[in-house]
Amino acid sequence: MGSVAAAAVRPRRSAARRREAIAGILWSSPWLVGFFLFTFGPMIASLYLAFTDYTISNLSPKIVGFDNFARALSGQDHLFWPSLVRTLQFAAVMVPLGVGGALAAAVLLNQGIRLVALFRTLFFLPSLTPVVASAVIWAWLFNPNWGLLNHLLAGIGIKGPKWLSDPDTAMASLIIVALWGAIGGSTMVVFLAGLQGVPKEMLEAAEIDGAGAMRRFWTITIPMISPTLLFNLVLGIIGALKVFASPVVMTAGGPSYATWTFILHLYQNGFQFFDMGYASALAWVFMVIVVSLTLLNLRVSRSWVYYEGEARDDAR
Amino acid sequence: MLARFAPWRGALYLTAVLLSAAFMLPFVFAVGTSFKPPSLLHVHPPLLFPPLSQAQPENYWRVFNFPGIPFATFYANTLIITLSATLGGVLTATASAYGFARFRWPGRDLFFTVLLATLVLPEEVVIIPKFLMFHLIPDWLFGQTWINTWRPLIIPSWFGGGAFAVFLLRQFFLQIPRDLDEAAVIDGANSWDILWSIIAPLSKPALATVAVFTFLGHWNDFIHPLIYLNSTDKFPLSVGLRWLTQQPTDPIEPRENLLMAASMLMITPAILLFFSLQRYFVRGIVMSGIKG
Repeated sequence: MGSVAAAAVRPRRSAARRREAIAGILWSSPWLVGFFLFTFGPMIASLYLAFTDYTISNLSPKIVGFDNFARALSGQDHLFWPSLVRTLQFAAVMVPLGVGGALAAAVLLNQGIRLVALFRTLFFLPSLTPVVASAVIWAWLFNPNWGLLNHLLAGIGIKGPKWLSDPDTAMASLIIVALWGAIGGSTMVVFLAGLQGVPKEMLEAAEIDGAGAMRRFWTITIPMISPTLLFNLVLGIIGALKVFASPVVMTAGGPSYATWTFILHLYQNGFQFFDMGYASALAWVFMVIVVSLTLLNLRVSRSWVYYEGEARDDAR
Repeated sequence: MLARFAPWRGALYLTAVLLSAAFMLPFVFAVGTSFKPPSLLHVHPPLLFPPLSQAQPENYWRVFNFPGIPFATFYANTLIITLSATLGGVLTATASAYGFARFRWPGRDLFFTVLLATLVLPEEVVIIPKFLMFHLIPDWLFGQTWINTWRPLIIPSWFGGGAFAVFLLRQFFLQIPRDLDEAAVIDGANSWDILWSIIAPLSKPALATVAVFTFLGHWNDFIHPLIYLNSTDKFPLSVGLRWLTQQPTDPIEPRENLLMAASMLMITPAILLFFSLQRYFVRGIVMSGIKG
């Protein structure tokens, strides 16, 4: 009797399942369609274009094999390696200072001082500033003759550099602008939330056992917030490698290509030279770099990121 | 904790005040400059603020009336682009997140993993094919290109509003008890009723968060308008402000005052939005960090 009932129910249930599946796919269809239309499709298209010679005037892409990649990697495009190296240098300075600075600012705000909300807001406002506006403002601060920065430096007896107009200091100037926008921004807010999740009893127990402030920070706080740290590192690296608007607005990539970043190079090839095939190859090189750095980061993180749930398994 | 000792506490406050000053200084100098007459721009030593008798609040007005430079148009353009993209983003992200959070369908978990992967995929990777697509496909279908229109800046937002928005809303919807849905189904509600009268009203904080982030993303967007637009009268503020910095002035006189006024005009809406929706901001950032 039971099987008869089951047989009667099963088709009805599977029909309900089907209806549910169709409804779900329909509801999610905006994102699903958008993913194929504006992400997956274009990625495949750019992979194809990367192997072609395609300028917007010559309407049919001509397959050229690995020529575009060879042109980039062999140094025939003499700006490829310098732009890549400069972008990596920018990230190598920006990520530790940006993420470390954000962590330091969050620790500062987590010390139980008064007016935390006010300080947090003041730290946060630069990150709200549109990059173009902050670039325009900072170009004026950096002005070697009339800007505020060199005046302040002169006040403490330092002769200020020429900032954006000197190839030796232009990249450092862009890093200063980026740090101004990054340290108090969402990275710091995420760290603050992470710090508030560190169990107070654990810190107090360590203090009673005689652990100093630094010791407690390195052996309790850092492991407890390590997932947050990983998240901020991953996003920080990607964000730094994408640097584009500030060099475009402040230096146009100069002086003498000192701030010629990778995305700026891609932009010039794609939208000023309309060399779409070559620019697509550059886009794929960029993606491979970003994806490998992210995977490397996640891989290395296994040795230093601590997840509470996992620890319980280990103990067993 | 260490914060109990008075000298240490003093050092903490001093650091916090000095850091705040460092973060605020560029704004102070920009606001001060925006009120200066041209004669006070290139002077030694630089003044933070002009003397009250020489202050020119009309600089803000002059930005809008700068000969040949349609700053008011930039402003209106930005509002139109940003608001239409935000509306589409919030609506379609809500629908998409609802599908992920409340229905079982084959491939759902796979696509959710894909969605998470696109969170770290740089948008710059697909700008070339997207540009070609917005040029070639409308040309082939309707005989006219969509380059130099706002469509490429708005239409993609109407397809799910971005992975971050879908992700954030899905996480939020999952926290709403299913019992509420089931009770409504017994009362004869369909999936549309459940979203509209149960889930959406309970998700106002998450919806506000997504709206704020989408708004700011479009307000600040630079690379897309730079690529797609070439007539000045279609520029939003980001590209417009950069264009302004490149224009020669006639007569040749310093005009950092006008550039600073223009920058402050671009920043103000973002800051006002932040102050009016501060708690949604913090919540959104925290959600993205903790669950991501």
